[in-house]
Amino acid sequence: MSAHAPSGPVDPADAKVAPKPALRRYHAARWDESLIFEQSTPGQRGVLPPALDAGIAESVGDATASLPPALRRQKPPALPELGQQAVLRHYLRLSQENLGADLNIDVGQGTCTMKYSPKVNDQLIRSHKLARLHPGQHDDTTQGVLEILWRMEKMLAEISGMDRVTLQPGAGSAAIWTNVAMIRAYHASRGESHRDQVITTIFSHPSNAACAKTAGYEVITLYPDADGYPDLEALKAAVSDRTAALLITNPEDTGIFNPRIKEFVDVVHSVGGLACYDQANANGILGITRARDAGFDLCHFNLHKTFSTPHACGGPAAGACGVTGALAPFLPSPTVEFDGERYFLDHDRPESIGKVRPYTGVAPNIVRAYSWIMSLGAEGLREVAEIAVLNNNYLLTEMLKIPGVSAPYAKGKRRIEQVRYSWEELAGETGVHSEDIGLRAADYGVHYWTSHHPYLVPEPATLEPTESYSKADLDEYVAIMRAVAEEARTDPETVRTAPHRSSVHRNREAALDDPNVWAVTWRAYRRKVLDAS
Amino acid sequence: MTPLGLIVNPVAGLGGTVGLKGSDGAQVQRLARERGAVPRAGTRAALAVAELAARCPDAEILTVAGDMGADAAGPRGRVVCERPETTGPADTRRAVDALVAAGAGLIMFAGGDGTARDVLDALGGRVPAIGIPAGVKMHSAVHAVNPRAAGEVAAAFLAGTAHVAPAEVADREGDAIVLYGLMPVPRLGERVQRGKVGSARTGGDDLAGIAAELAAHAVPGGLDVYGPGTTTHGVLRVLGVDTPPTGVTAVSGGRCLVADADAAALEGLAAGRPGVRVIVSPIGGQGFLFGRGNQQITPALLRGATVTVVCGEAKLAALGGRPLLVDTGDDALDASLTGYLPIVTGRGRRVMYKLGEP
Repeated sequence: MSAHAPSGPVDPADAKVAPKPALRRYHAARWDESLIFEQSTPGQRGVLPPALDAGIAESVGDATASLPPALRRQKPPALPELGQQAVLRHYLRLSQENLGADLNIDVGQGTCTMKYSPKVNDQLIRSHKLARLHPGQHDDTTQGVLEILWRMEKMLAEISGMDRVTLQPGAGSAAIWTNVAMIRAYHASRGESHRDQVITTIFSHPSNAACAKTAGYEVITLYPDADGYPDLEALKAAVSDRTAALLITNPEDTGIFNPRIKEFVDVVHSVGGLACYDQANANGILGITRARDAGFDLCHFNLHKTFSTPHACGGPAAGACGVTGALAPFLPSPTVEFDGERYFLDHDRPESIGKVRPYTGVAPNIVRAYSWIMSLGAEGLREVAEIAVLNNNYLLTEMLKIPGVSAPYAKGKRRIEQVRYSWEELAGETGVHSEDIGLRAADYGVHYWTSHHPYLVPEPATLEPTESYSKADLDEYVAIMRAVAEEARTDPETVRTAPHRSSVHRNREAALDDPNVWAVTWRAYRRKVLDAS
Repeated sequence: MTPLGLIVNPVAGLGGTVGLKGSDGAQVQRLARERGAVPRAGTRAALAVAELAARCPDAEILTVAGDMGADAAGPRGRVVCERPETTGPADTRRAVDALVAAGAGLIMFAGGDGTARDVLDALGGRVPAIGIPAGVKMHSAVHAVNPRAAGEVAAAFLAGTAHVAPAEVADREGDAIVLYGLMPVPRLGERVQRGKVGSARTGGDDLAGIAAELAAHAVPGGLDVYGPGTTTHGVLRVLGVDTPPTGVTAVSGGRCLVADADAAALEGLAAGRPGVRVIVSPIGGQGFLFGRGNQQITPALLRGATVTVVCGEAKLAALGGRPLLVDTGDDALDASLTGYLPIVTGRGRRVMYKLGEP
C-alpha cells in the first residue's frame, strides 16, 4: 500500500492482529537431547554393507593382514550403535539448538569479528572443479587452483604492502604461530638466538602472547596508558638486546587506533627486534593503512575476520602471513610460484621453517576469500572499511544513550571497528553483571561477549558490527541492550536467572575451570562425572 | 541452610564524608557528628541484605539488635545479641562471638579496615567473613566491590557455589599501612573483590607459575627475602615453605632461614651472599610495594638487592592502571625505584608496569 493511499474503513479481520512487538518474541528450540553415546543400542546399525562377492573375497583374502600388527585394533572401537534415522534426528536437533552467525545479529562478539559469509562463494567451492581436486595431484592437473593461490598471494601482498605472503596456516592463531616461527628462524640465521623475549600488549589478541609462549619465548605484556593507548614509555623500558619481536594489534580490542604505531615499530627496530602486526581483523583499515607503511616486518590476516570466510571455530579456517623480502626465505614450504607459463610448487627452500599444515593451505576458504576480494575490487575493500567504521560509531553513539553503560578510555573520540564497553555503573546500581546481560541477550536471540581475561575494563562487553549489518539490525541490537538494562533495574531477578528462552539454561562454568571435572570426551565424562556420582 | 551473621558498625564511614581520615575512636566520631556526618553503614548493609534476599530467599540472618544489624536486616533478621551501649572494638568482637555461637556460618559485616580487624580478632578463622564496604579506610582486600556484591557473595557461599580463600586485612597505623592478618573470604570469580586478591583458579593468578619462574632464576647460595602478603605467601607454600603471611620470610636454597624476620636479621643474613632478591607483591588494594606493612625490608637491604615484584594478572588489572608505590624512607632509593618494572605474573610472563609516581 502506498503511503498516500486514503485510509479507508479497517477490515475487522485486520484489527485483531496485534501490532508487532518492539522486540521479537524469540524462543530457541529445546530438545533435551541426550548424548549420542547414551542413545546407543547394541546391535543397531545405520548402514549394512553388502557381503563381498565370493570371488572378490577370495582374491583379497584377509584385508587386515596387510596392516602392521601394531596398528591393528585388539577390539572394535566403542562407537555408539544407532540406526540412520536416529543419527539424522540427533544432529538435526543439535543444529536447531544453535544460534549461528547466519541466524542472529552477530555484533556482540567483538574481537571474534563475525561478518557475513556470502553464500555464492559456497557454491564455488562445492563445484566439482574444486571439490574433486586432491592436493596431492601433480601440478600439471591443478593449474587452476594454483593460479588462485598465486593471485591471492599477490592481492594480500598489495593489501598489506608486504613482499611475500603464505596462505598455508589453518587459522588466525596458526598464522600468528607461523610468524613467531619465522621470527625465531630469522634471528637464528643471524646468530642472534639469544633474543628470547617477545613483547605484546594486554589489548592485543591473547593468541599473540600464547603463540610466543608456545614457541619458547618469555612474554612481556604492556598495559595501556591513561588514554587507553599502549604505553610507549613502557615499551622503551621493555626493549633490549633480548627483544625478538613486538606482536601488536592496531586498533586494539578497545577499537582505539594508535596513531603513534610507527614509533613503536621504530623503538623495536632500534634494538634489532622485529615488528609484527596482528591485523587478523583489518575491517577498519582495508585500503586506508597498511602494515608495511608503518614499518612492520611481518603481519597476518585471519581470512574469516576480514575476508568473509566462515569462522570455522579453530579449523579448518585460514590465515595468511605477509613478510618483507628479508623474511621471505623463512616462509613455510612449499611456496606457489609462476614462471611465466605455468604455476608450480617450490619445495627447494633450505631456510624455510617447514610446514605448518599439510599441502598449501585450506583451499576452500582461500577460494571464498579470493572471490570476495574480486567481487569488491580495490574501491569496494575501502568501502568495507568505511562502512565498518561508520557502523561501529553509530552503534557506539546509540549504546552510550543507555543509562549505565560507558566506553572507557579516549573519551569523546571515535573508535575504529569495535568498542569495549563497561556496565560498571549498572552493576553497582543493580547487582546485575555483564555476564548476566549476555545470558539475558540470548533470550532475545542474539550473541553477546564480555572480554578476554583479566578484565582490565570492569563489567566489560565488546561489540563489533563490521560492515555486514544494516542500520535496522544495529537498532534492534541496541533495543535489546536497552531492554535488558531496563530489566536489570525493574526486574533484576529475571536477568540474573537468564536465559529462560534459550536451549540451555546455564552451564556449570566452574567445571570448565577445573581439570578434575571437565570432560571433553565421552570416556572422560564417564570417568569423571558418571562413575564419580 | 547455614545461617548468616550480620553485623553493622553503625559509626563506620562516619569520618569520610566530613574529611576525616577514619572513624576509629570516640573522639573522631564525636568530631564527625559535629561536622554533620550522617551514618551510612546501615543503608549500605540494607542493600547487601536486599541482594542476598533476592538471590537466596531462604537465607536466615542472625544479627545484633538495633543499628548494629537488625535495622538493616529487616523482617528476615533474627536478633541473637542485644545491642551493647557502646559500639567500640570490644563490642564488635563480643557481638561476632554471639553470632558464631548462635550458628552463623558466614559473617557479613559493614565497616572499613577497623571493623575488619575487630571481626578478624573475634573470628580467628573459625568461619569466613565478607565485608560490605562502608568504611573510610579500605586498604584490606576483604570487602566486596560494592554493597550489592557483598550480598551476592554471601548468597553464593550459602548456596555452596563460592570457594573460600584467605584475603588480606590491612589498616593504617599512623602513616604506615600494616598487614594485620588473613581472613578467610568467599570468592566468586572476578565479580567480587575485582581481584584485589586473586584466586588460583578463577582470578587468573598463577602462583605455581610465579614460583617456577622464581626458582628458574634463583642464584645458588643466594638469599630470597619474601615480603608479606597473600601472593608471596602463596608462592612460598608452592615452594614448600609455610610461614606467617604477615611477616617477612628469608629463604635460601628452598629452605626457610627465618620466618617473621626483623630488619637486623635480614641485613645479617644478606651480608656476604652471592645474590639477594627481595620478592614483594603489592599489598591490599593500594599498590604499595615498600614502606607499607613491610618496613623490615630496609633501604640498606634494598640497596644491595635486586627487587622482584610478583603479582597475579587479575590483581594487577584491579589496580586500574594506578602506578605501584614505594616509600622506603630513603629519597635516593625511592627515586631509583621509579619508571617501569617487569612484574612477574607467571612462568616466562612479565608485565611492564609503572612504578613510583602516584
